[in-house]
Amino acid sequence: MELKGRIIYKGKGSGEALVTSQPISFYGGVDPNTGEVIEKGHELQGKSVKGKVLVFPTGKGSTVGSYTLYRLKKNGVAPEGIINRECETVVAVGAIISEIPCVDKIDISCIKTGEHVRIENEMVIV
Amino acid sequence: MHLTKEEERMLSGGEGYAVKKSMEILVALGDIYGAERLIKVGSVQVAGVSYHNLGDAGLEFLNELAKDGKVKVLTTLNPAGMDLENWRDLGISEEFAEKQNLVIDAFKKMGIVTSCTCTPYLIGNLPRYGEHVAWSESSAVTFANSVIGAKTNREGGPSALAAAFVGKTPCYGLHLDENRVPDVHVHVTAGLKKLSDWGALGYCIGKKAENKIPYITGIAEAEVDELKSFCASVVTYGAKPLFYIRDVTPGSEKHQPPKDKVTIDSKDVEEAYRNINDEAVDIDFVCIGCPHCSIKEIAEIARLLTNRKIAPNTEFWVATSRTAKQLADMRGYTAIIEKAGGKFACDTCMAVAPLKGRFKAIATTSAKGCYYSRQNKMLTKMGSLEECIAAAVSGKWS
Repeated sequence: MELKGRIIYKGKGSGEALVTSQPISFYGGVDPNTGEVIEKGHELQGKSVKGKVLVFPTGKGSTVGSYTLYRLKKNGVAPEGIINRECETVVAVGAIISEIPCVDKIDISCIKTGEHVRIENEMVIV
Repeated sequence: MHLTKEEERMLSGGEGYAVKKSMEILVALGDIYGAERLIKVGSVQVAGVSYHNLGDAGLEFLNELAKDGKVKVLTTLNPAGMDLENWRDLGISEEFAEKQNLVIDAFKKMGIVTSCTCTPYLIGNLPRYGEHVAWSESSAVTFANSVIGAKTNREGGPSALAAAFVGKTPCYGLHLDENRVPDVHVHVTAGLKKLSDWGALGYCIGKKAENKIPYITGIAEAEVDELKSFCASVVTYGAKPLFYIRDVTPGSEKHQPPKDKVTIDSKDVEEAYRNINDEAVDIDFVCIGCPHCSIKEIAEIARLLTNRKIAPNTEFWVATSRTAKQLADMRGYTAIIEKAGGKFACDTCMAVAPLKGRFKAIATTSAKGCYYSRQNKMLTKMGSLEECIAAAVSGKWS
């Protein structure tokens, strides 16, 4: 299946999909050293974003979250790519400064956790 | 988004790495929010300064940008994780101080005024009415939009830096007049007697006007320090970073009260106090200055602390800008406060200093200060300056 979206940060990335229907706050919600989701009560709590194509509707929370994405990248525990339904400032800026391929305007209900997903610029191949 | 030839050149790397990266950020944000073009900004306020939040990776990012990045407009800085001079006395570790200084060095290299305050408008970064700026720090953004009548979105650290390197920001959101129209009428019948009442009011309105622009009636007058406190609170608890108070703030004369109406009475304000406050008697930390104290507030603290002593097991901080402290030095306020056992925490504050685990219970005049202190696992008490000073002197909340 091929889905076409909008480029937030262009590039190629692939991996196993990690999907949630809940927004993610990177600051305080994801451990910058391990890549583990630590937000209490989040669907992905306890899961690691490392090496995954992270699929979530949109970002939320403090703008410091952009730096958290950058810290994940530098610590080698960042996702290989990010797919959003609607990208917002924190994730967009985080993806750009961390150089993580990011695409939005994708119907994320088409993607299931565990599926192999490839991002090629504005295209998402499941 | 339409780019000029000069902007295209910046995007393709014609002005180096920092400007290219900045243009990538601005263009992506412009596209996400449907901006048609970039507009010039008069000044920038950059958040994301505390090493506590940046970590080594954030520091590395700033160093990359500092290699060839120079700001094009007046740019000031948010509070850091420590007092840049007096950090030892505030219990900051050697290791943290070393990293924090490297962060400040990177900002200096970029040509930024390393003012380290959340009140840039009190120390020389003062836009005019209607001017476009690119500010981060939610309380300052709200003050700029509402009390000054300048125009800014709520920027994050990197997007504010990007605006500083390019001198422009994408024209969307609160830069456009059509998005500055109030959408909820808030009528206040509660009487506001002390500074912390403004924080409590901000809590009430923030909760009731979540993600909306309030048009507030029922308030006849307000001092700048009261508005400063209200700005911090209303945006922390959920409103958009813009409000109008009829006949008090600029632009209110151009709008009518929206049809959607809520009322805030004294019971709502009492309820806010109950939600913000915890059960606590012993107070081991009192911090005044969220947002940073003005010289007028420092004068009041000095008056209340004259010939008194802070309790032996209680730490008392005045969080303020270095500029305000220099004025306090000149007036002798610093000497009075330090003689009483109080400390100045310039360049930093209770929200961004590494305080987790150091104190059990805080007393403060600030609703926003309580919000962040809870994240640092402290019990919180909000009250008037007189009540906070009494707690500092006795070590107890009464």
